[in-house]
Amino acid sequence: MEHPTYISTTNACKLCKPLGACLAFRGIEGSMPLLHGSQGCATYMRRYIISHFREPMDIASSSLGEKHAVYGGGPNLKQGIENIISKFGAQFIGIATTCLTETIGDDVPMIVNEFRRETKRREGVNLPFMVTVSTPSYSGTHIEGFHAATKAIVDQISAVGETMDLTNVLPGFVSPADIRHLKEILYDFSLPAVVLPDYSDTLDGPAQKDYEKIPSGGTAIEDIKNMGRARATIEFGRTLSREISAGQLLSERFDVPLHHLGIPIGIRETDAFFQTLEQLAGSSTPEKYKAERGRLVDAYIDSHKYLFGKRAVIYGEEDLVVGLTSFLAEMGVKPVLCASGGKSGRFAPAIQGAVAEISTETPVTMEAVDFYQIEEIIEDLSPDLMIGTSKGYQIAKRMDIPLIRTGFPIHDRFGGQRMLHVGYRGTQNLLDLIVNTVIQRNQTDSPVGYAYM
Amino acid sequence: MRTTTAPAIFEERKNQIHRKGEQRFDIDCNRDSLAGAVSQRACVFCGSRVVLYPIADALHLVHGPIGCAAYTWDIRGALSSGPDLHRLSFSTDLQEMDIVFGGEKKLYGALTELIDRYGPKAAFVYSTCIVGLIGDDLEGVCRRVSGEKGIPVLPVQSEGFKGNKREGYHAACKAMFRLMGTGDTSGIAPLSLNVLGDFNLAGELWIIRDYFARMGIQTVANITGDGRVTDIQKAHGASLNVVQCSGSTMELAKMMKESFGTPFLRVSYFGVDDMAESLYSIARFFSARDPEIMARTEKLVREELSILYPKLQKYKKELTGKKAAIYVGGAFKAFSLVKAFRLIGMRVVLVGSQTGTEEDYRELYDITDEGTIIVDDSNPLELSAFLKEKDVDIFVGGVKERPIAYKLGVGFCDHNHERKTPLAGFQGMLNFAEEVYSSVMSPVWRFTPRKKARG
Repeated sequence: MEHPTYISTTNACKLCKPLGACLAFRGIEGSMPLLHGSQGCATYMRRYIISHFREPMDIASSSLGEKHAVYGGGPNLKQGIENIISKFGAQFIGIATTCLTETIGDDVPMIVNEFRRETKRREGVNLPFMVTVSTPSYSGTHIEGFHAATKAIVDQISAVGETMDLTNVLPGFVSPADIRHLKEILYDFSLPAVVLPDYSDTLDGPAQKDYEKIPSGGTAIEDIKNMGRARATIEFGRTLSREISAGQLLSERFDVPLHHLGIPIGIRETDAFFQTLEQLAGSSTPEKYKAERGRLVDAYIDSHKYLFGKRAVIYGEEDLVVGLTSFLAEMGVKPVLCASGGKSGRFAPAIQGAVAEISTETPVTMEAVDFYQIEEIIEDLSPDLMIGTSKGYQIAKRMDIPLIRTGFPIHDRFGGQRMLHVGYRGTQNLLDLIVNTVIQRNQTDSPVGYAYM
Repeated sequence: MRTTTAPAIFEERKNQIHRKGEQRFDIDCNRDSLAGAVSQRACVFCGSRVVLYPIADALHLVHGPIGCAAYTWDIRGALSSGPDLHRLSFSTDLQEMDIVFGGEKKLYGALTELIDRYGPKAAFVYSTCIVGLIGDDLEGVCRRVSGEKGIPVLPVQSEGFKGNKREGYHAACKAMFRLMGTGDTSGIAPLSLNVLGDFNLAGELWIIRDYFARMGIQTVANITGDGRVTDIQKAHGASLNVVQCSGSTMELAKMMKESFGTPFLRVSYFGVDDMAESLYSIARFFSARDPEIMARTEKLVREELSILYPKLQKYKKELTGKKAAIYVGGAFKAFSLVKAFRLIGMRVVLVGSQTGTEEDYRELYDITDEGTIIVDDSNPLELSAFLKEKDVDIFVGGVKERPIAYKLGVGFCDHNHERKTPLAGFQGMLNFAEEVYSSVMSPVWRFTPRKKARG
């Protein structure tokens, strides 16, 4: 089926590249993300991120003005770094470029090296780790920015060394609750592991007596150094390309074997994840998770009639859509449209892979689309459900389709940062949410006022 | 926890902070934000976008990479009584090849496509950082499309890096000004005005327009809350401009005065004193033309206050002695908030803005109590340190200030784009008191580390 394409973008289903980089940098211990560009980028992204996580999200900016665009932003970038060191005591600064500084041609790694040289001569200055990443907003989405930053961190910090009992976990852009759950699973497997990035505390922290200049938590620098010595890397993301995969870099440069999996949502993808862990730990899955799996299968059975044949539109970040599609296919839901603003070129085959063996029909898969196109296509699909970010709300409201909010951003509901998607437990959470949404719709639509559903 | 013993104040910013009573009044402002300081400010584009955004029957096309449009999609609660084209987010989503070969062709294509699709009354085309660098001829493309489609197509020179939010306001005013003087002004009453600098957040404009109607004044153009292109085109036919939100639309009022001789008055619709005084000053302006207008206005204020005051007393009783902090975009709102807090018995101990002028800060100095901290272009480090030092009960700000307050266990009132309850007008004062009350008096604070530590 051919759908019209447009020159203009209306209601984008993606965000810009530096935003993803800032999120990844927020997951490093003692870190301050720094955007090399004009002040607005940092402020807009902070606002956008804060509205989802309801947490402080400081992003420093080199605050370039007109003259810097002409003469180069180097001096401001150095001043920004200097201020972050002296005021925030950062031990890590993640520096991402913007379209402005990419276009004026600032050589950020060189400026940072200059800063290192100049500062080393001065006494009493402890230089933080500084990682630079190129994230021009005109090329790629926030997801590419997230992965580019993750890869840059590994590229610029991880070191070679004797292999140690360590497993690298690169989960991609999942929620703080997801990261917490992954860490719990790794702990229960007694697998020493480093999760990169880890914003489970920095973007979902407790109330404080004092304002933390940099929120506690995050992947420790020492752990990142050791990633080159790990026994294995587990990296999620079916659409992740070789070029932007940090796991690929670890494999090529340090010979760390890479286990490339999908985001573990649904039984099959979660089984694959646990099988990998069993293999790495040399032990079987802990009883706790076997029980969770058992309860999940039980819930699949208990709820199957509510969901069988329901038509779902799934949209958002490509890898999350692939994971959700895989799970929904297991429930007998018919994914009628899988859409993303991303453009990895791997989305359609990944979706096909997710529904293969189970569904007889392959869903319409569209990459690089905006919400205008999504709405246009939905008109002909008469879906029962929409599953994705809160940005689909206006369509859902107009077309009266129940919306189940997942992923990022969720700007119109509470607790987006605590939304659990991964593992048997995360799948259970999603299942309950989706089934109850369907039940509520059935109940509301019925004139009877059923008290049993 | 990561700690550094460094104080929260940057050396370079010392002169942008004033503590009333400790020294002679003097404050630096309107400076570039300090690199690395996590300013709460945005950019030129942001300034233009917030001002023009509420014009509901215009197409707002952001010419640039996707971020600028994505982060401003339906960002403000600026309501419309009719069309709501402003709530969609349009972008040319420039890609690498467009940067290399120029974005004019894509801009032309996107503009014509969107104008054909939506049939807007006008189109605003926002320039972004990247467009300022690659040198697209925005003016030329806009002229061409305007000629072909027969609607005004207005370039907005809002390249992000070319200054701060204030320059963005100016760029927006310049773009709007090009619409003025082009519409038919027949049928506009002698008692008529334009509302400048109200954005109809949560329907606030409608409250204000109702007051004007009760005073017998016709509102010609709302600039820009619930705004319409044809209203702006005939705005020069109104007898008066009333200007709220000093930074954003004052420039436009001055341009209109110069070109059309339209006089202007500065007003504020926040708090009882400023709201009433604004209505009175408008009545005084028209009293020569209509001697009865003052009586009508007094009656209006009396009626409103007779409803409001008894209800306010309950809040005042509970809130008296509590302390408030204010950090807002423009300083003008802060004046009214200081007075509004006083009306419910509260003291403002910290007040600041992103883009205030020296004149603004002097006025804040004049109306605040001894010991009040006055700050320009602040950041989370400073704000959190001040909140703690002053042991504040409620912080008034926007989305970016909220987590600073909440993390420290301090109450919060959103007085920015996202508010869903009108805070303007007499009714708005009551809503404001209610909101302050519901945050300050919440039992949740007793569980926070800050309160527990105090025992």
